Amino acid sequence: MTEQAQRRTPAPPPGTYLGMPTFQKNAKVQLADPQLRSNLRHATGTIRAKRAERVAEVPEWEQLRLAGEAIKNRTLRHLDTYLVQLEESLTKAGATVHWARDAAEANAIVVGLVQAKGVDEVVKVKSMATQEIELNEALEHAGIAAWETDLAELIVQLGHDRPSHILVPAIHRNRAEVREIFLREMKQYGTPAPEDITDSPAELAGAARRHLREKFLRAKVAVSGANFAIAETGTLVVVESEGNGRMCLTLPETLISVVGIEKVLPTVEDLEVFMRLLPRSSTGERMNPYTSVWTGVTPGDGPQEVHVVLVDNGRTNALADPQGRPALRCIRCSACLNICPVYERVGGHAYGSVYPGPIGAVLNPQLRGISSKIDQSLPYASSLCGACFDVCPVRIPIPDMLVHLRHEVAEHKRGHVGVQQTAMAVAGWVLSDHKHFELAERAAGLAARALPNTTHLGPLPWPASPWTRARDLPMPPAESFRTWWRKERGEAR
Amino acid sequence: MAHRFGVGPRVALFATCINDVMFPGTPKAVVQVLERLGCTVEFPVEQTCCGQMLTNTGYFDAAVPNVRNYVKAFRGYDYIVGASGSCIGAVRHQHPMLAEHAGDPGLAEAVADVVARTYDFSELLVDVLEVTDVGAYFPHKVTYHPTCHSVRVTKVGDRPYRLLEKVKGLELMPLEAADQCCGFGGTFSVKNPDVSVAMGSDKARHVVDTGAEYLVTGDNACLMHIGGLLHRQNSAVRTIHLAEILASTEGGAA
Amino acid sequence: MMNARDEILGRVRAALADVVQPDPVADVPVEWEFGRATAMPDVLGRFVEMCEDYQARVVRAADGDVAAQVAALLAEAGVSSVVLPSGLDAGWRQAVADAGITVHDDDPQLSRAELDAIDAVVTAAAVGIAETGTIVLDHAADQGRRALTLVPDTHLVVVRADQVVSDVPEAVARLVSAVADGAPLTWISGPSATSDIELSRVEGVHGPRNLLVILAEQPPE
Repeated sequence: MTEQAQRRTPAPPPGTYLGMPTFQKNAKVQLADPQLRSNLRHATGTIRAKRAERVAEVPEWEQLRLAGEAIKNRTLRHLDTYLVQLEESLTKAGATVHWARDAAEANAIVVGLVQAKGVDEVVKVKSMATQEIELNEALEHAGIAAWETDLAELIVQLGHDRPSHILVPAIHRNRAEVREIFLREMKQYGTPAPEDITDSPAELAGAARRHLREKFLRAKVAVSGANFAIAETGTLVVVESEGNGRMCLTLPETLISVVGIEKVLPTVEDLEVFMRLLPRSSTGERMNPYTSVWTGVTPGDGPQEVHVVLVDNGRTNALADPQGRPALRCIRCSACLNICPVYERVGGHAYGSVYPGPIGAVLNPQLRGISSKIDQSLPYASSLCGACFDVCPVRIPIPDMLVHLRHEVAEHKRGHVGVQQTAMAVAGWVLSDHKHFELAERAAGLAARALPNTTHLGPLPWPASPWTRARDLPMPPAESFRTWWRKERGEAR
Repeated sequence: MAHRFGVGPRVALFATCINDVMFPGTPKAVVQVLERLGCTVEFPVEQTCCGQMLTNTGYFDAAVPNVRNYVKAFRGYDYIVGASGSCIGAVRHQHPMLAEHAGDPGLAEAVADVVARTYDFSELLVDVLEVTDVGAYFPHKVTYHPTCHSVRVTKVGDRPYRLLEKVKGLELMPLEAADQCCGFGGTFSVKNPDVSVAMGSDKARHVVDTGAEYLVTGDNACLMHIGGLLHRQNSAVRTIHLAEILASTEGGAA
Repeated sequence: MMNARDEILGRVRAALADVVQPDPVADVPVEWEFGRATAMPDVLGRFVEMCEDYQARVVRAADGDVAAQVAALLAEAGVSSVVLPSGLDAGWRQAVADAGITVHDDDPQLSRAELDAIDAVVTAAAVGIAETGTIVLDHAADQGRRALTLVPDTHLVVVRADQVVSDVPEAVARLVSAVADGAPLTWISGPSATSDIELSRVEGVHGPRNLLVILAEQPPE
């Protein structure tokens, strides 16, 4: 009997994120898929336009961004104070607080809590923290089925797939693909999709409603994340659209919320800033359809057993680097993904993490370190165009952080002799002094004079091939500006 | 016009390494326009490069000598001008960081001083010389790509458009998705060539769709990338730097 | 071995060695005036417009006509059974019963399956937000526990004009004390929706697919 047959939930694709090759290699594979590129162009274009329209409605948007940045900075710079306060407030409100140093510890805590309830399934609200720690697979190994209830997460789970976007994890799938997945898979895990279902998004959403309703009505344990955790009151906040979040947070008897330690906000009042920044930045709406706000256990209403698992899993690494710390301000809105010209072409799978796009390129190497090939390549997965900073609701200086992390990678590889190291050493020497520079200029001029009738160079062998495979290279002119100036104006200045 | 021959300010030209070697027509055009407007242009020969390629690849130590060079070459000038939104952006935004990285407070101080007097060509014209009509004549259809660093780091704003609008005979064609990156990105263009080319191909297509004869930007590196794609595709669209359009006059081309 | 809590707090403190000012507020000032109103010419008009923009059906009614409107809207929606929270206005309750609609009370608490078989729920609200078309429930006795406004497919909510504020900051300011008292909140902006397939918005997934809003106003003197 294969492991496949014993599983309770659809198996994700084989392999691990950290085992993935470099971004550059993954990108090449993704770029070759014309369907993917067309899906992404359509989706990112749509959401970008919506965001721009909604942000333009708020005249004080820039002040709001500054306030969001400041509140997050205040929290992060005093995180120990706020975490202790959060723990006290939660405990007072009837919740049980757990602490997890890493993914394995967080997963063990959740598995233990579910087993203690004697159930073999949980319903889940979309949560980046549980994706990050790969909780579903940990539950599966313990014989517990974790059902994703967000529509896009459901598409990913049923599609034996990985998420490719923070907000819309199935952004890489179009309606026809979703229909196929629902028809093929739903019947194996519960209420089937109607045989005559079309690919209209409304019908597909209807199929998800029917498929999940029985699971909501019987679930005894739910697992969630949280968008915000208020230190002052021990209040958690989940922002969503479909109502699946409300179902999970309200109907089961036991609720386990897995929360990254950077999700803390000092006070309830702070929500006025983030509840304006987040919906407009993420879905391009004035407000998302549903937001749930709860404080521990409410007698007679909702789960009467409430657990909160506070997870580090690399966050304190980022916190320890003052230049890396701003990444922890991230509220997971996805605006940087949607605006990113690189993300638009390659999609989320190339980034080798549940956090793709510009924020992923700075967050992953900090959370996971830079020992793997994929994490070493991520800081270079950007043209440094800067569009991500412009749209970030908490003003994370992603381009500067990418450059900072490139420096970390270069230092990590110091002593290693490769093409890049050699090229940079040569360039460093040439550019360090004008006399060196002039020698190199003369060499370029000689090359130009050797090929007097050539204006452009076509496809060339390595090492010029990465440039010239698709792009011609102009020939340098025989006379540099400097030479011309000397000839015309003399040596002095 | 605020300034006349010989009475304008003394301006130090930062040619930038890529223009110096590959596109000398651009700094020559800057000299021509500024002298036409009455400025005295000097070229401090100690200059090399802003160091951006090294910095952006992560080689901070190797980039620090570029910062020292820049300070040495341009100290003492009231106005320093370069015709590249990207290189000027690197001087303004990265040199202070590199000085701090070097742990040299004297250098940091000198950088702050020189950086404050460094301008992109379009800024020097519009803000310092207070001109938008530089007497240029360029009877062609052109489209303008606002390069990322000129917009988001150097923040030249609408200055290039204001300058282009005053060029006699020039017809400016609107460019679709103008604010999206062309995919050059310095070493990104060779470290991630496939993505770079995918981005550049979309930009090149939008450029061709405008029906323009010329693509103009304030950054020759981006032009080299988009132009390289256009040239490979045997497109008739030519590339030209903003300074070279502004240098063109009715009497003759730049 | 150190426990996880102490180890994480230790890591955090070590990571923040560069922070010397112990007072968070003094360390990082926040330049923002909280609780401020957003200027708009007609707050109630904007509230109606924005709720409708989210595909909610909105009716404006004088206070005295609310009970009749509740019954009329439920009839219009083809509702044959409702669940009513214990603290609901007695007049509205009477009007619903008089309209021949089967009324369920949540006492003792209805099971999930029972709730799933009921067509609609009628509640009051805590706050309305004009700029975003949002209705906030604080689940007081006239709104019921959270499951009541979640499982039935139609939610009819009555918002009083004096509960409607301009924008999110004013709303949060009004809700702070309820949260401090431990009340859960549900913010509702239109019927449940998703944009997960090709970013095309579809109304109606898991939450109520029909949202009916009555804005109750005092008639002009």
